[in-house]
Amino acid sequence: MPNLIAKSALFGRAPLTLSGTTLAEAQIGPITSVAAFRGKLAKVKKVLGGFPAPNTVSGNLIWTGPEQAFVLGQAPDLSGLAAVTDQTGGWAALRLSGPLAADTLMRLYPLDLRAAHFPKDTCARAPLGHMQSILIAEETGFLILIFRSMARTAWHEIETALQTLTARSSAEI
Amino acid sequence: MRIAGKGLIDRTKPVTFTFDGKAYSGFQGDTLASALMANDVRLVGRSFKYHRPRGILTAGPEEPNAMVEVLDGGSQSPNTRATVQEIYDGMAAQSQNRWPSLRYDLLSINDLAAPFLSAGFYYKTFMWPRAFWEALYEPIIRRAAGLGRLKRQIETASYEKAFAFCDLLVIGSGPAGLMAALTAARAGADVILAEQDSLMGGRLLSDGGTLGAPWVEATLTELRALPNVRLMPRTTVVGAYDQGTYAALERVGLHRPAAPHLPRECFWRIVAGQAILATGALERPIAFENNDRPGIMLASAALSYLNRFGVVPGQKVTLFANNDNARHAARQLMAAGVQVAAILDSRADASSVEDCPVYLNAAVTDTQGRHGLTQISGTHAGGAFQIDTDCLLMSGGWNPLVNIACHQNARPLWREDIAAFVPQSGMVPGLHAAGAANGAFSTQSALREGADAAVQALAALGRSATAPDLPQAEDAPYRLQPLWAVPGKGRAWLDFANDVTVKDVKLAAQEGYTSVEHMKRYTTQGMAPDQGKNSNVSALAVLADATGRGIAETGTTTFRAPFTPVSVGAMGAGGQGAGFAPQRYMTSDQASRDRGAPMVEAGLWYRPSYFPKPGETTWRQSCDREVLMVRSAVGVADVSTLGKIDIQGPDAARFLDFVYTNTFSTLPVGRVRYGLMLREDGFVLDDGTTARLGENHYLMTTTTAAAGQVMRHLDFVHQAYCPTWQVRFISVTESWAQFAVAGPLAKMLLNALLDERIEDFPFMTHAEVSVEGVKARLFRISFSGEEGYEIAVPTAYGEALFRDLLAKAETLGGGAYGMEALNVMRIEKGFITHAEIHGRITAFDIGLGKMVAAKKDCIGKAASQRPGLHGPEREQMVGLRPLTKTEIGAGAHLFNTGDKVERVNDQGYVTSVCWSPVLESYLGLAFLKDGRARHGQRVRLVDHMRKTDVLCEVTDPVFLDPEGAKLRA
Amino acid sequence: MRLTCPLCGPRDRREFYYSGTEDYLNRPPEGAPIEAWDDMLHLRTNPAGVTKDLWYHETGCGSWLLVTRNTVTHAVLATELVAARKGGAA
Repeated sequence: MPNLIAKSALFGRAPLTLSGTTLAEAQIGPITSVAAFRGKLAKVKKVLGGFPAPNTVSGNLIWTGPEQAFVLGQAPDLSGLAAVTDQTGGWAALRLSGPLAADTLMRLYPLDLRAAHFPKDTCARAPLGHMQSILIAEETGFLILIFRSMARTAWHEIETALQTLTARSSAEI
Repeated sequence: MRIAGKGLIDRTKPVTFTFDGKAYSGFQGDTLASALMANDVRLVGRSFKYHRPRGILTAGPEEPNAMVEVLDGGSQSPNTRATVQEIYDGMAAQSQNRWPSLRYDLLSINDLAAPFLSAGFYYKTFMWPRAFWEALYEPIIRRAAGLGRLKRQIETASYEKAFAFCDLLVIGSGPAGLMAALTAARAGADVILAEQDSLMGGRLLSDGGTLGAPWVEATLTELRALPNVRLMPRTTVVGAYDQGTYAALERVGLHRPAAPHLPRECFWRIVAGQAILATGALERPIAFENNDRPGIMLASAALSYLNRFGVVPGQKVTLFANNDNARHAARQLMAAGVQVAAILDSRADASSVEDCPVYLNAAVTDTQGRHGLTQISGTHAGGAFQIDTDCLLMSGGWNPLVNIACHQNARPLWREDIAAFVPQSGMVPGLHAAGAANGAFSTQSALREGADAAVQALAALGRSATAPDLPQAEDAPYRLQPLWAVPGKGRAWLDFANDVTVKDVKLAAQEGYTSVEHMKRYTTQGMAPDQGKNSNVSALAVLADATGRGIAETGTTTFRAPFTPVSVGAMGAGGQGAGFAPQRYMTSDQASRDRGAPMVEAGLWYRPSYFPKPGETTWRQSCDREVLMVRSAVGVADVSTLGKIDIQGPDAARFLDFVYTNTFSTLPVGRVRYGLMLREDGFVLDDGTTARLGENHYLMTTTTAAAGQVMRHLDFVHQAYCPTWQVRFISVTESWAQFAVAGPLAKMLLNALLDERIEDFPFMTHAEVSVEGVKARLFRISFSGEEGYEIAVPTAYGEALFRDLLAKAETLGGGAYGMEALNVMRIEKGFITHAEIHGRITAFDIGLGKMVAAKKDCIGKAASQRPGLHGPEREQMVGLRPLTKTEIGAGAHLFNTGDKVERVNDQGYVTSVCWSPVLESYLGLAFLKDGRARHGQRVRLVDHMRKTDVLCEVTDPVFLDPEGAKLRA
Repeated sequence: MRLTCPLCGPRDRREFYYSGTEDYLNRPPEGAPIEAWDDMLHLRTNPAGVTKDLWYHETGCGSWLLVTRNTVTHAVLATELVAARKGGAA
């Protein structure tokens, strides 16, 4: 048992709800990156029981780049087939859900995030403002993975966009 | 004056506002211009150069005269067009470019000086003496000219930016735009309809035709009910960019009192599969003497004020026009009970049948009225005339609003039959012009073109659509006879906003500025906030006439985005304050702040500068103490910001040999090696240590500054030169929190925390360890010159480990050290950072030429060996010690003693300096010509900024422990 | 401006880092004369028309792209992955 206390990126930060839309830090457990070596993708696929197509999520596998995916959880033994790297601590996870989720993120992402164009189980490597991120569409909103050190900035940007949209809707004449 | 029963304003909602401090009232739905007109305020502004009294010329965003400042909470918006600004309760507006008041403006003296203020005045007058340029001329010109003022305070209002995507963007919601949107919407396309006005409908709301507001409302009701349609009122599309990207500015909070978080404007980037340009047309003024008085306006504007706002601009109105179309204004004003004194038609063959006197072959040649029009005079078929009138409507025909179609530098086509420029297809890929914007001026033809354009645009997207049945609307032919300027000697304005007259344009032509682009710059025509929307075509017609060329041959100037002015705040939305750049925080951030450490930016990271103790009043005291602490006991520093790249694969070793100058395939597992990376052009890219974690597994460290750049470089080398190699890499910078533990007691401190003590742990080795039950990586490396370790734990444990390390270090007489101490210690040891490897430095320059392995190829090797990148002519890294205890600074230049301090004698420059509390001296790292051969010599260090001039001894760059005994202890 | 990443689809220009000419793909072999390096590193055509250059999908998937575009019309004619291109380094 570790004697050190582990803290998440936004430890102690309470969720924020505006206009029925909630921003909260998510605890998603271990993240393992799997990057197949040249010519080994088919074998990796076999071991993992599948591999997500670009821009998609498949079960606990999130596509993150050329022949590369994040496994939410531990990866099985892939030695000789893929580079396997623990990414758990490197990412902060934010979940934004509710009716204004897509509009809020379309202030920050240069992507069409409307449900018809970015449905559940779609994902994208794309910038949130100036920050690299991984964006995942869920049932009622989005999961955002952002470099841990930038979690506060990401929160601030999303919060500001949500506040702005809320002010807009209450100002409609 | 308000007219009963007219307009789309809400008369149940009165609104109170002030203009120049005086309170007025209007109604919900009024613009400032219509509300002022309802209150019989005619004088609204002063002109740019001559300070001429000005009123309202138009009813739209092209307004050149009625520009005001709107004060809103902490904000002051200059050059706000009164014809666009909606009023709201408590709004405060004021006129601009006048002193002391709008009515009595002392600078109207400029008007009398007009003969001297002609085109090219500035160029001709403010030539010499040279010394006067900045001292006298510029301040004077600035004070006398110009329109709105800035508040000179930080903008605190909020702005928003947003992205949108659609199949079809329809720009403008007049008959063409509405019909296009309807056609595409019914076909199921994803449609955005953008309209600059607060109400959708365009001219259908203004021109009083048969197809008016009820049809607009019915159409909008259908569109609103469709989920595939987004209506964006108050949104001006301001630019067309590549691959279907359009910029649009939405007025969000400008028409209501400020509220928390409510943005003033939103800057949209709309990505559209196809787009329809349905921006309509602008009526043209006619140039005649004194055509700029308050009370003289465009005929279409008067129609707008009447039908849209229920106000009329005068009690006794006259119309001066060159076309049939403009007569609607006179007819409708008469129908509303306004007296029309006369219609003055410039054509000889036009109809003279109206319910008011009509004079053919007419020309207005002068006007009277100091602060507002009282009388006009001129000639017509029957001779000279004078008419008492308080409002003169003018119409010189129509200019299609082609601007957005021209934003990618294609030129519009001149159509002689309508005497106007129209867009050509394909000027902006995927943009189709329709309706008046395309030169189809009748309502019926606009409806038809809108529907057709939508069918065509959808076909380009591979979708089919059918044009709806068109409603019946006006379809009268548009007949006009061009009239740009009435001949005369006096000043006849073309560009109201910049005070450019017909004479100015003719003078420009006379003086050789015959190209339209030269005329523009010489006269400043078209360079005001309206960007020549009211004057460009007339001005080039006058130029064409003056030069004896046709209009088509003369051509237009370049149309550039934005179509209407965009505030910098809106363009920079999201970039204020914390939005400027991401802020990266280390896990130790709070612990450092708890100890009072001032944080310093290192790239995007925030790192502790030093950790002050009670009694320390300057950073130097803290820094000196921290240096001595590390050198005598133990110090702890968070070094998590260094880039860490995990590299795996059977070809990992081969790959590292290719990107590093030195060899990593020979590095034993468990060892660490310093590596140097070059750019392909032979200069140093980055340096750092790389550990071999396993046979096919390495961990590369980059500098904080170059982490992103190195990742990009590795990706390039792999994907471009060796994509088949079995190697993958990923950043693990954020996965590990890493702390330097340095000093003679470093091992003792670590052993107090490690689950298994370390004993023999040689320099440049590493091992997997466990610290307080957590898996960790331990490296024996040093950036301080002391016995040094770096211990890395998964990031989540970073804060806890840092706090524990500090607590135990303090027990040993050690503690935390910051960036300042870190920097001092690395300079004492001659270790480089990007202050040294700044992009113009070779391996040879820093004394690492031998690190470029002879036995293998690597990136940058070939170029690094070319002449000029090595040899005595290069500036080489050396140490500097001032002979006296004078403070020296980075950026200072070096000279040989006896040489004159001039650029040609420059011997090099200083990159890093510090005060060494150990050596009790200032130290510098510098690049000096042939420096390695000059150890022991003296150079003169000159710093003009800090007024330093001091002799220094040239030394080896390693000042302390050159054998590295402490490092390897 | 928009570029189509073969993996991520059409994306805004802000996601990409511009690196310059495709010449960088043609790295001279070890021992090539210095002139060959000079060509690759420093000598550039500046076409008014079709050109090929390198873009990095920096805030996206990390792929390097070879983009064919027209400097006059701004049309983007093709994008391909550098790692997958035909005739590329083996």
